[in-house]
Amino acid sequence: MSEKPIQGEKRVFMTGNEVVAWAALAAKADIMYGYPITPQNEIMHYWTRMAPKFGRKFLQTEDELSAGFTTLGGVLSGRKAFTATAGPGNTLMQEPLSMAEMMRIPSVVVIQQRGGPSTATVIYSQQEVTMTTFGGNGEGFRIVYSTSTHQELFDYTIKAFNTAWKYRFPTFVLADGYQAKMRESLKIYDPEEKGVKLIQPEATIGKPAVNGVKEPVHVRNTYNTEEELFEVLTGYMEDYQKCAPEVTEYQEFDCDDADIVVVSHGVVARAAKVAVQELRQEGLKAGFFRPVTLRPFPADQLRSVADKTKTLLFVESAFGQMAKLAKESIFGSTVNVETLYKPGVGITSEEIVAKVKGVL
Amino acid sequence: MSTLPQMPKSWRLESKPHKFCPGCGHGLVLKALGEAIDELGIQDKVAFGCDIGCSLLAWDFFNVDTVQTHHGRTTPVMTGVKRANPDVICIAYMGDGGGYAIGSQHLVNAAARNEKITAILVNNCNYAMTGGQMAPTTLPGMKTETTPYGRDVEQSGYPTQGPEMVAAITRDGAYVARGTIANLKQLKSYLKKALENQLAGNGFSFVEALASCPTNWRTNAKDTWAFVEQEMPKYFKVGELKNPAEKGDE
Ligand SMILES: Cc1ncc(C[n+]2csc(CCOP(=O)(O)OP(=O)(O)O)c2C)c(N)n1
Ligand code: SF4
Ligand SMILES: [Mg+2]
Repeated sequence: MSEKPIQGEKRVFMTGNEVVAWAALAAKADIMYGYPITPQNEIMHYWTRMAPKFGRKFLQTEDELSAGFTTLGGVLSGRKAFTATAGPGNTLMQEPLSMAEMMRIPSVVVIQQRGGPSTATVIYSQQEVTMTTFGGNGEGFRIVYSTSTHQELFDYTIKAFNTAWKYRFPTFVLADGYQAKMRESLKIYDPEEKGVKLIQPEATIGKPAVNGVKEPVHVRNTYNTEEELFEVLTGYMEDYQKCAPEVTEYQEFDCDDADIVVVSHGVVARAAKVAVQELRQEGLKAGFFRPVTLRPFPADQLRSVADKTKTLLFVESAFGQMAKLAKESIFGSTVNVETLYKPGVGITSEEIVAKVKGVL
Repeated sequence: MSTLPQMPKSWRLESKPHKFCPGCGHGLVLKALGEAIDELGIQDKVAFGCDIGCSLLAWDFFNVDTVQTHHGRTTPVMTGVKRANPDVICIAYMGDGGGYAIGSQHLVNAAARNEKITAILVNNCNYAMTGGQMAPTTLPGMKTETTPYGRDVEQSGYPTQGPEMVAAITRDGAYVARGTIANLKQLKSYLKKALENQLAGNGFSFVEALASCPTNWRTNAKDTWAFVEQEMPKYFKVGELKNPAEKGDE
């Protein structure tokens, strides 16, 4: 029961959903709460097969509202709890996650984006960016990692638990149906053996008495006055802004002398990377920029790229949801903006190369 | 306050007098609950979840770990706590709108899964916190803000019979009862048995409490009690529906 799910480091070839289940095990997640929805299902399927062998738990709930709220209950009782969903399930997940924002409940949610709006497709999209970064009736006090490879799915799922528990903001791993279903090779490992410290969870409710004295806690999400709420949210914003520089992650290359920089995230960034490399080989001055955290967004970093290039090309499998975040962060810049938007549809490097050549 | 001398030990002094309207049934239900917690000596192990509705006012009511949740979502939050840490004695406290309308799927499924938590639902025949709209439990012909001419069963159906529904869908181990603030001794005994049922690890425990809302009923003390004692039990039968502790149950 108590042996480690992964000993040392192993090279494996598996689907992204399987990767997430392994990563959650490796991160010492205690319990998963979930409701079936494609393309996320196999996270539950692998978890329910493996978890009991390591003393971990699972609850299949009646819907995603319940999956989200039970996850909050699990976290409140001091367990590393998580859930996973997609599309319409992500829509329902916004209600519990707004409570997590308000009560600083370090919950972890894995999203495998599918086509939207509505039921749309069970296949793939990048259309859950707006909802995942700023969903719910709140201020987006969340951390959102957009992964690009199976290795990152593993690394960032582990990281998500640490980030959530360290800063106490709900944390999302935002992937997609391609990453969920595709098989790819990666290295899975025991994080502690690699020197990655796993943050210990702490109970809010159900803490045992100390020296026979129990100090009850009272946690709430309702406030009586405007001032009271304002004070709480001002404090949250300060915390968020303080942790943002530590949390923000991005990748860039070939931007310094670029005439055009391709900006993309998630799985599309893989196509963009290949496209930029090919364009460079042809002598065209293209650059690559990829936000890894969509929230907080690497605003300063993109701004400095915008300041030195002529054109930013936003490429995404949505009608500009990432671009909205990007444009806000470069507000005032005079850089030229071009777009390649294919909502709910995959994007190839050839399409990006052709688009860049059309612009240059 | 006249109730000061009999305050249950598990009540939190700093938050008293409580924030419910004068004559509100919530305070009485929570008094019975406080006494049940005291008598069982479980104060240090209880986690109390309150819904959004007038029950939200109870977020600092007890000297027990308390979490305020969302409208209808207290059942899943406390289910999540219990599943993650079975040592905690979980109470989900909600209104009739929270339990039978917006959160009915949670109540039904927690009952069906026989979650080892105790759900307490205050039936005051209306959505009180939002100003007295029709609830699933509004009586036929009863006037509310959204049924100004009285609840028309042709349009809105008949009131939800919660404990009957929960009793019908639960199997062995569930405790189900309907009490009333008109008989606090009995209500306390139901709440105590519901908690004991959780302590014994038997299964889901559910107590509906018939309770007053003079503010939205717009009734004086006399009419309030007449409604609780005479009108409500005509439709909502008081008593135990399921008790695993009793042999020959059902
Ligand atoms: C999702 C959502 N919808 C609506 C509301 C508004 N709301 C707050 S309390 C309430 C009704 C409460 O009625 P009930 O559950 O019967 O509790 P009572 O106040 O009667 O005790 C409603 C509709 C809300 N808070 N959240
Ligand atoms: S509105 Fe009704 S239920 Fe709410 S506190 Fe007042 S009397 Fe009680
Ligand atoms: Mg009510």
